Amino acid sequence: MLLLTTAVIAILGYLAGTRRALALSGGRSSTMHSRPGYYGSFVAVWTALPALLVLAAWLIISPAVINNVVRSDFPAEALAQSSATQSLNFGMIEGIARGLNALSPDETAQAERNPGDLRALMGGRGVAIAGDPEPYMVKAAIDLNRMRMLNSWGSTVGVLIVAVLGALISYRLIAPRFRARNRVEHVILGSLILASSIAILTTVGIVASMLTEATQFFHAIPAWEFFFGTVWDPRFAAAGSGGSEGQFGLVPLLLGTLYIGFVAMLFAVPVGLFSAIYMAEYASPRLRSVVKPLLEVLAGIPTIVYGFFALTTVGPFLRDISAQIAGLTTGNYTSFIQAQSVLTAGFVMGIMLIPYVSSLSDDIITAVPRAMRDGSLGLGATRSETVKRVILPAALPGIVGAILMTASRAIGETMIVVLAAGVAARMQINPFEPMTTVTVKIVNQLTGDLEFTSPQTLVAFALGITLFAITLCLNIYALYIVRKYREQYE
Amino acid sequence: MSQVITPSAAPAAALGRPRRDIGIKRRYAAERRFRAYGIAAILFGLVFLFILLWSVVSKGYTAFQQTMITVPIEFSEQLIDPKNERASNPQKLLTANYPVLARNAVAKVLGVAETDRTAMRDVGLMLSDSVRSQLRDLVVADPSIIGKTQPVRLLASGDLDSAFKGQINLSVSENNRKISDRQVGWMNQLSEKGVLAKHFNTGIFFNGASSRPEAAGVGVALIGSFYMMLIVLVLALPIGVAASIYLEEFAPKNRFTDLIEVNINNLAAVPSIVYGLLGLAVFINFMGLPRSASLIGGLVLTLMTLPTIIIATRAALKAVPPSIRAAALGLGASKMQTIFHHVLPLAMPGILTGTIIGLAHALGETAPLLLIGMVAFVANYPTTPLDPSTALPVQIYMWANEAERAFVERTSGAIIILLLFLIVMNVGAILLRRRFERRW
Repeated sequence: MLLLTTAVIAILGYLAGTRRALALSGGRSSTMHSRPGYYGSFVAVWTALPALLVLAAWLIISPAVINNVVRSDFPAEALAQSSATQSLNFGMIEGIARGLNALSPDETAQAERNPGDLRALMGGRGVAIAGDPEPYMVKAAIDLNRMRMLNSWGSTVGVLIVAVLGALISYRLIAPRFRARNRVEHVILGSLILASSIAILTTVGIVASMLTEATQFFHAIPAWEFFFGTVWDPRFAAAGSGGSEGQFGLVPLLLGTLYIGFVAMLFAVPVGLFSAIYMAEYASPRLRSVVKPLLEVLAGIPTIVYGFFALTTVGPFLRDISAQIAGLTTGNYTSFIQAQSVLTAGFVMGIMLIPYVSSLSDDIITAVPRAMRDGSLGLGATRSETVKRVILPAALPGIVGAILMTASRAIGETMIVVLAAGVAARMQINPFEPMTTVTVKIVNQLTGDLEFTSPQTLVAFALGITLFAITLCLNIYALYIVRKYREQYE
Repeated sequence: MSQVITPSAAPAAALGRPRRDIGIKRRYAAERRFRAYGIAAILFGLVFLFILLWSVVSKGYTAFQQTMITVPIEFSEQLIDPKNERASNPQKLLTANYPVLARNAVAKVLGVAETDRTAMRDVGLMLSDSVRSQLRDLVVADPSIIGKTQPVRLLASGDLDSAFKGQINLSVSENNRKISDRQVGWMNQLSEKGVLAKHFNTGIFFNGASSRPEAAGVGVALIGSFYMMLIVLVLALPIGVAASIYLEEFAPKNRFTDLIEVNINNLAAVPSIVYGLLGLAVFINFMGLPRSASLIGGLVLTLMTLPTIIIATRAALKAVPPSIRAAALGLGASKMQTIFHHVLPLAMPGILTGTIIGLAHALGETAPLLLIGMVAFVANYPTTPLDPSTALPVQIYMWANEAERAFVERTSGAIIILLLFLIVMNVGAILLRRRFERRW
């Protein structure tokens, strides 16, 4: 509502500014420094921008101020309680405050005199509160309501005053020599810079948020136990009990991640590379224009679909076929491949990664200069010999970069492994058994009800920062290789 | 290639001298093998694309049909409101035993005696639990219906639905399946009478979450996804375009802009689950926004999509030839005017294509949404982006974890819906590119 009013004032400011500029120019637009629209925009910017800044500052500061004021009225024994109880109490006061809005003034007065009635009164209005309130709570709730009311009025009036003031001042500034366009363009440039720094802010946010949470985790569990522990057994403790420490060993998860990633690359790299070579060196343009988009469809399918495919089709299929094989060779029809296994997850992930490998390598192979190809063919080499002896060695750094990038994707992949790899954190080398990954455990630890103080939850952030660090290193190294390689030919 | 090599061999043969074996045959065989590997690799990819799609479609197309039983239901006053107190106590109409109405109606068609209690129980199990709310809503909307008889189309239970679609193996011993031989007999009897039939399933598009597969739908998830896409579009497009304009057109080459560039390239490759952790820590834990809200999902997906949009936009801006800029600047436009009046409109098709592809990517993303609590059982439509909701891929994930056979069908059905959206978006992007692409 407030935003809308500000917008209306800004639009009015724009119109007024434009008209004033037109009037000043007296029909000869060349007398003005800028075109009329810029004067209008100047007024609009001066109306909206300060008002929005004031509003933002108000919204950030006022809740803290109100909370403090309300809390300062608490009786001493309430203030002596632990911070957890206090925040619970405060939550209850907020509940009461919301409920009070539904009551009539008479009823409010009655509740203030006699807090025991409050629950019944609110129950009659369909507002439920947890437990009977203490007397000071009702008073605090009434205070809270009053202050919120004041606050919202204050912010509205304040913002509108700032908006109108901004409009008036900027309107007065309009003159033929006034450089409105430059001013407006400065504001636009500022917002462009702001937008591009969001990328930096995101990275800073990722690193900072994960580091703070992970540090909390490392207070509870020593870092070396996390990074070198070989047992993963987090033991979900009941909320608040704080007892039963689990064991948080990263090693089994990391091994599982790398193993599944390795199996996936085992499928994806040969298939992707051969299809890239065929498409770059052999395929006719028509075939290429059909096959390349089709393969890229594989990259566009959401990973949850692959996960479902692995869960309902590939997993059972591998299980049944392994039972058949076991039956034919030993006569004992027990499957040796489990439905959720390293092989299932790795295989399906491999299919997903084919287009990443193929399109990245395709670009790199086609970037190898024509002269090298012609030279080799001219000397009598067959196409495959040219590819193997000339093109691949020349493209090797780029292809390695592409494979590294694909590997970082395999390591960060979540939905396929959540559905197809299993949840048992074990260290073993049989690809037919389930293993689990870092990403699966992040999801496991963070779905459901959580409490932000237990190591069971915070470990997810330690896992997350590990994952982030690994993929970041892989990517930076890959980018470095690719860039270095590009410089050779350009 | 053969032309390149044969000339050297041909004159030798013409002279009648024995040919020196330079392994031509072996080399050609290697060439053919190499070629076959390439074709095999491509076929491998395509075959699995086909198997993937086929397995989803073959499992899922039946989800768009639902077995329904259409019977005349007698809204008997005896059962709904025997003491005629609905005027004084509106609660009465809400708590009446509606499933009995439906059960009696079906039993009547089948000719089962109402006194046979085990048979009546089995008849009741053929109907979905959702008939209670369906009939209740009918009566509450129009209480005058009480005492009349009206044909109503009722949902069959999930097990009966699976059996009617032939998904339950009826040769298995009766004790090991969820539907008895007697119920199958009734099913066939009803089907012959035309009472029981498959109808187009509108429920899957509009219903919210439900623990009963026959009544579960992706309605809430669609709305949640829609809100998130809206938020992503509203935030990511302007921010992404503004950032790319600055980086491409204004930024001086210095350490800071280099840093931003490396950053963006890396952000594009950060695993999506890390964005979920970011959202959890910053938006929920630090800012205290409500969990499970599509607003947070939208914000997280915005951050995730931004690098994609920025990279696409920069490519589009780069593709606008410098002559356009030079012409505008030469006519006295300021740098800002040049970009906003001339360069940006020309780059718009490329920007939009990149945005649509980024949106499609965000639409299918699941992992970050799991962490911010979108894995929620939400039966009611969210009215604002702050209400709890789910998203289409998260709904798929939740259904994929359900054990019942009928949920496999639902999951595949939801995947088909998701894929259809993605196809529409991607085809849109391709058409946009075809229509407006310019070669300078």
